[in-house]
Amino acid sequence: MTTPTVTVRPPPWRNVRVLSWVFQLVVFAVVAVVFLWLYGNYEENVARTGIPTNFDFLDNPTSFEIPGNDFSQTQPVRDVLVEGFLNTLRVSVVGIVLATILGTLIGIGRLSRNWVVRRISTVYVEVVRNVPLLIILTFIFLGVVLQALPTIQEAWTPGGVAVLSNRGIGVPWYEGGSGFQLLLLAVIGLVGWWAIARWRRGVSGRTGEPSRAGLYGGGFFLAVTIGGWFAFGFGVTTPVVAGRQIAGGMRIDPSYFALLVALVVYTASHIAEIVRGSIQAVPRGQEEAARALALSPSQRMWNVVLPQAMRIAIPPLGNQYLNLIKNSSLGAGFAYFELTNVTRVTVGNGSPAVPAFTLALAIYVGLSLLTSVLVNIANRRFILVER
Amino acid sequence: MTTSAAPRPAAVWVKRNLFRSPFDAVLTVVFGLLAVYVTFQLVRFVFVTARWEIIGTNLKLLMVGNWTMIHLPRIAIAMIILAVWGGSIGGLIHARQVRRGTSTLAEMSLPTRTGDLVRRFGILIATVLLLLLLTTTPGPWLMAAGAVVGAVLGRVIGGVLGRLHYPRPVAVPGALVFAAIPIAMYFYLIDAVPLAEWEGFLFNIFAAMAGIILCFPLGVLLALGRRSKMKLLRLMSTAYIEIVRGSPLFVLLLLANVSLEFFVPSSIAPSKPVRAIVTFTLFTAAYLAEIVRGGLQSIPRGQVEAARSLGLSPVTQLSRIVLPQALRNVIPAQIGQFISLFKDTTLAGLGLGILDMLAVSEAITQQPDFRGQGLIIETLAFTAFLFWVGSFTMSRESQRLERKLGVGTR
Repeated sequence: MTTPTVTVRPPPWRNVRVLSWVFQLVVFAVVAVVFLWLYGNYEENVARTGIPTNFDFLDNPTSFEIPGNDFSQTQPVRDVLVEGFLNTLRVSVVGIVLATILGTLIGIGRLSRNWVVRRISTVYVEVVRNVPLLIILTFIFLGVVLQALPTIQEAWTPGGVAVLSNRGIGVPWYEGGSGFQLLLLAVIGLVGWWAIARWRRGVSGRTGEPSRAGLYGGGFFLAVTIGGWFAFGFGVTTPVVAGRQIAGGMRIDPSYFALLVALVVYTASHIAEIVRGSIQAVPRGQEEAARALALSPSQRMWNVVLPQAMRIAIPPLGNQYLNLIKNSSLGAGFAYFELTNVTRVTVGNGSPAVPAFTLALAIYVGLSLLTSVLVNIANRRFILVER
Repeated sequence: MTTSAAPRPAAVWVKRNLFRSPFDAVLTVVFGLLAVYVTFQLVRFVFVTARWEIIGTNLKLLMVGNWTMIHLPRIAIAMIILAVWGGSIGGLIHARQVRRGTSTLAEMSLPTRTGDLVRRFGILIATVLLLLLLTTTPGPWLMAAGAVVGAVLGRVIGGVLGRLHYPRPVAVPGALVFAAIPIAMYFYLIDAVPLAEWEGFLFNIFAAMAGIILCFPLGVLLALGRRSKMKLLRLMSTAYIEIVRGSPLFVLLLLANVSLEFFVPSSIAPSKPVRAIVTFTLFTAAYLAEIVRGGLQSIPRGQVEAARSLGLSPVTQLSRIVLPQALRNVIPAQIGQFISLFKDTTLAGLGLGILDMLAVSEAITQQPDFRGQGLIIETLAFTAFLFWVGSFTMSRESQRLERKLGVGTR
């Protein structure tokens, strides 16, 4: 026996699906009207002032120089934007690595059983986190780098291996080979380390003999890098003061240094809080079980608690990395030629403002989306591997 | 332990907390020396080597910029009225808690309550006293005294008013008038000094407050849009949120500075502080939307289902059941966003050329009396200190509120 289902179609003005689409289209229309109005004004103003709206300016000569860069003024704007983008990456990647290390150490320090360490970490976090980044950056650039560091004539040369002055900081660097060769060595070494550690762990799991993964893998890494170092003819050059310049080694620009230090100091305080929260979120039983296995305090932290904490920490850490990349735009105020500064200067030199800034924004948004995709991949991987 | 003579508690504490193992001892010594050295240098700087006269001379510039001298009393009057207003809000909330029996203050004696307030806001009070001591005129003292008296008065009035019961025709207009008081104060102030000339710390505080209040409607709508079942709406909200969250605030401020003229007719092209506040609002709305979305997700499904089974309309479900709970749950996160915006207002100086407190603190080192003496450290330390006091106090209050609301524990 079947009950006949009666489907009464409601009239359109009472049909929820119709209403919802009408509502959405109205909202969309309002947004579209606002945008069209803005765009109409833009067209009108641009036509009146004769400013181009296309991206042809990318081929114009740059007509400014980046200090400390062999960049010529006749090269097109395109190249200088790429250079600015690379500078953003330079400060962001180094900053992310250093901020993660410092932040993790401080985060662990906040939970240390050592009273002094705990207090110092807490004071650091509570002070730095609550001060605007721009004040920290201004302080480091104007107060420390330009004011507290000596002039080039009386530069500090600690141990003769580095030069510290307000015109730049020189550190020892490699010479002889190319950066690509160095990268190749590092990649081979690290991949070998990983493969050997995996193999040793497998052996250890089958036979019960100690795995000594670090010893074998690290040994391989050292062998590859040291062997390659001499095979490719690498050498070390230390910086010296020559007249009013730093010769040899690698010269770090004062503005790069200030921006890097400020970003690391500021972001580390946020990362420390994330690390602390994640460590506290690891179930207590994990630590107790590790203690029952007679692991040492450092083994308990580094081999048991921290790997699990980092898994919890990945999404918020990714947010901090994004913030660091975006905050690197503040370098524009301190003569560091990253993407924002390059855009600003090229707009000052006659490139049209709206296309140039739109391009810069698009690059930042793209970089952010890329980073969040990477973070999501990392997140998924770590969760899958562990459970 | 079988030791005959039990070690003194202090010795036990030192052993446990400082010298548990050789490595621990090394850490203690190294970091202890570091801490002593830094503290020594800091104390020496603050009390001996620093030349604070640059702050004393320029205190007015740092606080309110070039605000016209004869209109300074307006700030004082506005502050006192806002203190009464804030106090009466406290009184109203307390009266409501008493009515519902959820007040935690009722059991506390007056000295305990004062002690509690001093513990919570001690640093803030000390900072205000320090600022007052740096002034050379009686005006700020009168303002502070008036504000304290006003706040206490407001607290008492609010407590009395909150005990009464109001019929609807009285309550609704009354609430509206009450909410309009800060807006009236704003017009009272711009009547004397236009917004374009608001500078110094006043700008930072005002921009942060205006930004966080104005971003609320947009932020909540974006959050609802992103959670909506309507595809087009969801797409638009998500696109807005992700694009804004992916862009640096500084670049947006630069964009507002150089290219806003292109998009709006020059007749209505706003002044720099308005541009800054609009940018802060649009920027913060995207972040607020994500916070509110978190709050919406924290509401159990049963709440909506119960509301629906009572026959409430979708709008009533949202405005009476879902949003009140969702917004209450994310108050601490909202305070966090406010702190972050408060700190970010310093970017307006660099991005738009507004003389905010940071810009003033750089500019005053170029005055003839102080030029070339390296006083930037003093001025930046002072500015950083004020921002720190504000942010630190708010973040501690938000942690307290978080515990009180029991977010995540229920």
